Amino acid sequence: MKTPIIASGFALLASTAMAQDSVLIVYTYDSFVSDWGPGPQIEAAFEETCACDLQFVGAGDGAALLARLFLEGAQTGADVVLGLDTNLIASARAMDLIAPHGIAAETLTMPISWDDPQFLPYDWGYFAFVHGTDLENPPSNFRDLADGDLRIVIQDPRSSTPGLGLLMWVQSAYGDEAASIWEGLADNIVTVTPGWSEAYGLYLEGEADMVLSYTTSPAYHLIAEEDDSHTVAAFEEGHYMQVEVAGIVNISNEMELARQFMEFMLTPAFQEVIPTTNWMYPAALPAENLPAGFETLIMPETPLLLSPEDAQAVRVQALDEWQAALSQ
Amino acid sequence: MASRAQPISAVQRAGAAIAALVLLAVLGPLAAVLWRAESLTGLGPADIAAIRFTIWQAFLSAAFSIVLAIPVARALARRSFPGRAALIALMGAPFILPVIVAVLGLITIFGRRGVLNEGLAALGLSGLEIYGLHGVVLAHVFFNLPLAVRLFLQGWLAIPAERFRLAATLGFTPRDIARHMERPMLRQVAPGAFLVIFLICTTSFAVALILGGGPRATTVELAIYQAFRYEFDLGRAAMLGLVQVGICVVAGLLVLRVAVPAAMGTGLDRPMERFDRQTTLQRAGDWLAITLAAVFLLMPLLAVLLRGVGGILTLPGSVWVAAERSVLLSLATAALAVALALPMALLIARGRARGLLETIGALSIAVSPLVIGTGLFLILRPYVNPASSALPVTGLVNALAALPFLLRALVPAIEAAEAGYGPLADSLGLSGGQRLRHVLLPRIRRPLGFGAGLAAAMSMGDLGVITLFAAPQAGTLPLEMFRLMGAYRTDDAEAAALVLLVLSLLLFWIFDRGGRANAAT
Repeated sequence: MKTPIIASGFALLASTAMAQDSVLIVYTYDSFVSDWGPGPQIEAAFEETCACDLQFVGAGDGAALLARLFLEGAQTGADVVLGLDTNLIASARAMDLIAPHGIAAETLTMPISWDDPQFLPYDWGYFAFVHGTDLENPPSNFRDLADGDLRIVIQDPRSSTPGLGLLMWVQSAYGDEAASIWEGLADNIVTVTPGWSEAYGLYLEGEADMVLSYTTSPAYHLIAEEDDSHTVAAFEEGHYMQVEVAGIVNISNEMELARQFMEFMLTPAFQEVIPTTNWMYPAALPAENLPAGFETLIMPETPLLLSPEDAQAVRVQALDEWQAALSQ
Repeated sequence: MASRAQPISAVQRAGAAIAALVLLAVLGPLAAVLWRAESLTGLGPADIAAIRFTIWQAFLSAAFSIVLAIPVARALARRSFPGRAALIALMGAPFILPVIVAVLGLITIFGRRGVLNEGLAALGLSGLEIYGLHGVVLAHVFFNLPLAVRLFLQGWLAIPAERFRLAATLGFTPRDIARHMERPMLRQVAPGAFLVIFLICTTSFAVALILGGGPRATTVELAIYQAFRYEFDLGRAAMLGLVQVGICVVAGLLVLRVAVPAAMGTGLDRPMERFDRQTTLQRAGDWLAITLAAVFLLMPLLAVLLRGVGGILTLPGSVWVAAERSVLLSLATAALAVALALPMALLIARGRARGLLETIGALSIAVSPLVIGTGLFLILRPYVNPASSALPVTGLVNALAALPFLLRALVPAIEAAEAGYGPLADSLGLSGGQRLRHVLLPRIRRPLGFGAGLAAAMSMGDLGVITLFAAPQAGTLPLEMFRLMGAYRTDDAEAAALVLLVLSLLLFWIFDRGGRANAAT
C-alpha cells in the first residue's frame, strides 16, 4: 500500500520530478502548502539535496491532519506527518503510527528543552492577545483582563488548535482556579470562532479590542505591511507555547529518506523559510538570524507548556469547565 | 393528478433510480463512518443541548425567512420598474456567498463599528449587539431570504396572467385576490421552502458559532466536528449524523403534509400584466418592502465590493487559476444537479410516494457535509488517490447539496404544467421525451434556469469537502480565499471574495437569464 498511486490530473501536472525518483509524501496542514506558506520554498530546497520528489499533501488544519491520519490508519500514504502541536501529540502517539526519529537535535534554539523520541519540533510560538497600539492600559494578566471591560475574541477549543492552546494556557497558569478565570472572562468574550482566521478577521474589523493569536502576529503587519499599529499584551503568568512538530510514519517504505527530511528540517535551508512564511519562530535558528522586525516582538520570561501526556489528561475536564463557564 | 392512469415512462424509472442513488450517496457515507466506528456512542447532555439549540434556531430562521419573503415577493411580482431584473438577481447573492464573507459583510453593517451602530451613536442612542441567538437568526435570514423570495416570486409568476385579467373583470378586491389566487399558491410553495431553509440551517456551523457568541450556540454540526477532529469518536459522529437524518425525516413528513398542489388552471403563457386596481397604501407598502429588503440584502454586499475592489489587480496568480478551476467545477456541478433533479422532479410531480421522495431529496442538505465527506473518503480511499478525486467528489457533493433547491423550484412548475396540459397531452398520446420537450420544458424553463444557476453559484461559493481531499495545487476559489485569510493576507482575501461574488453572480445570472429568454418578466 506504500506505493503511492500516481496522482492524475493537476497533481501530475504540478510534479516535475522524474518518475524513477523516490517519492517522499509529507502530510501537513493546508496553510503550509499554499503559495505563500513555507511549502514551495522548502520543497525546492530539499529536492536539490535529495534526488527525490517531495510531495506535500495539505489537509485542513493540525487537527484535521491528525484526523486524516486516524482515518487512514495502517493504510496511510504518508511518510512524514508535519504540523501537529504538543496538545495533539498524545493522540497521535496513541495511534501507534510514528517511529522513533533517532535524531540528536542538538541545534534546537527553543526556550525549553526537548527530548521527545518520536516528534521533532520545526517551529514554535507564544500564544498572546494581540491589540492595537492605541489601546490604553492593556491588561498584564488574566485577572486584570477578567476584571476589566475589554472585548476579546477567542477560538473554540473544540474546533481550533489556538483555542485549545488558550484552554491549556489558563489551565497551566491557574490549575484548579482555571474555572473561576473563565467565569471572569465570560463577559469579556464577544464571541468564539471556529478557527483562527475568523477571529483575526473580526479583530481587524474592530469587533474586539483584543484577539487570541501569537506574539509573532505583529511581525506580519510590521514586515509585510509596514504597519506598526499592532502589538501584544505581555502577561505576567507567562505565555503558553505552541510547538509544532513532525514525525516519521513507522510503516513508511522511505524510512531513510524520511529521516533525511527530518534532519533537513533542522537546517538553515528549512528554518530560515519559517519566520516570514509561517510567521512563527524557527525551532533551530539563533535569534540573530531572524529577519529584521522580529527583534521588536516581546519575549515572555516564563514559557508555559504542558507535556503532551498532561495536556491530554486535563483536556476533557478543562473543556467541561470552559463550556460551563461560558454557557452561563 | 395523483391517480392518473399512465404507463410508467423511462423518465420516471430514471427518477426512481436516481432517488435510490441519492439515498445511497447520502446514507452510504454515513454507514461507512458507522462501519468504521463499529459501535454508536450514546449522546451526552451537551449533545442534547446542541440538538435542542440547533432545531430552535433553524425553526426561527426558517420562519422569519418565509414570513418576511412573502411581502417582498408579492411586491416584486406586482410592481415593474427599471432595473427590476437586476435587483432580483443581485438580491439573490447572499445565498451563494461563502459564510465568512457574508458574516464579515454583515458585521460591516450590524457590528460594533458598523453603519447601524455608528448611526445610533450619532443619534445618541445606545448600540446594538449582534452576538446572540438574534444574530444567528439575522444571518440565516440574510442568507435564506433571497431563496424564499425567489421561490415565492416564481409561484406568483406561475399564476396565469389570464387569472388576473379575470379577477379584474369580476371586480376582485385585493382581499379576494389574496384569498382565491395568492393563498393557494403560498400553500403550495411555502411548506417546501420552509423545509429546505429549516434543514440548511440545521447544518449551520460557522454562522451559529461566530454570531451566537460562544458555546451557548453549539450546534450539532460543531459537535460532529469535535468528534471527528479532536476525539476521534466516529461512533459519536455517526450517532449525530443519524440524529440529523431523523430531524430531516420528521420535519419532511410534518411539513410536506401541509403542502397542497395549487389548482390554478392554465393560461396562455402570456407575460403577467396586473389589471387589478391597487390602493395607494398597497403601492406604498410594496415599495417599503422592496426598499427594506434591498437595503438589508445589498448593503453587506456593497461592503464586500468596496473592500475587495482595491486589491483585485494585485491578486496572486494562484487565485485566478483557482477561479478558473472553480468555474469549470461549478458548470459540471450544475449539469449534474439538473440531470439528477429533473427525473426526480418529474416522478414527484406524478404524486407517487411524494413525501418519501422529497425527503430523500432534502437529505443531502440535512446530513453534515463533514459526515458525507468523511464517509466518502473512507469509501473511496482504498481505490483512488484522495488528491486526484478531490474535484470530482466536491462536484458530486455540491450537486447533491443543490438537489433540494432544484426540486423546490421544479416540482411546483411541473405540477402546474401537468395539471393544465396533462390531459391534453394524454389525449394526444404524448409521453416520455416528446411530452418533456413539447409540454413540460417550455413551461419549466424559468425554474430550470434558476435552479441550474443556483447549483452553479452554490458550488462556486462552497468550501465543502475539498479540505478533506485537496491536493495543494488543486484548490478552489473559496479554499484559496480561506488560505489567504489564514495567512494574514486580509486585503488579498477580500479581493478574492469579491472575485468569488462576481463570478457566482455572473454564473447565476447567465443560467437564470437563459431560463427567462423571451419572457417579459
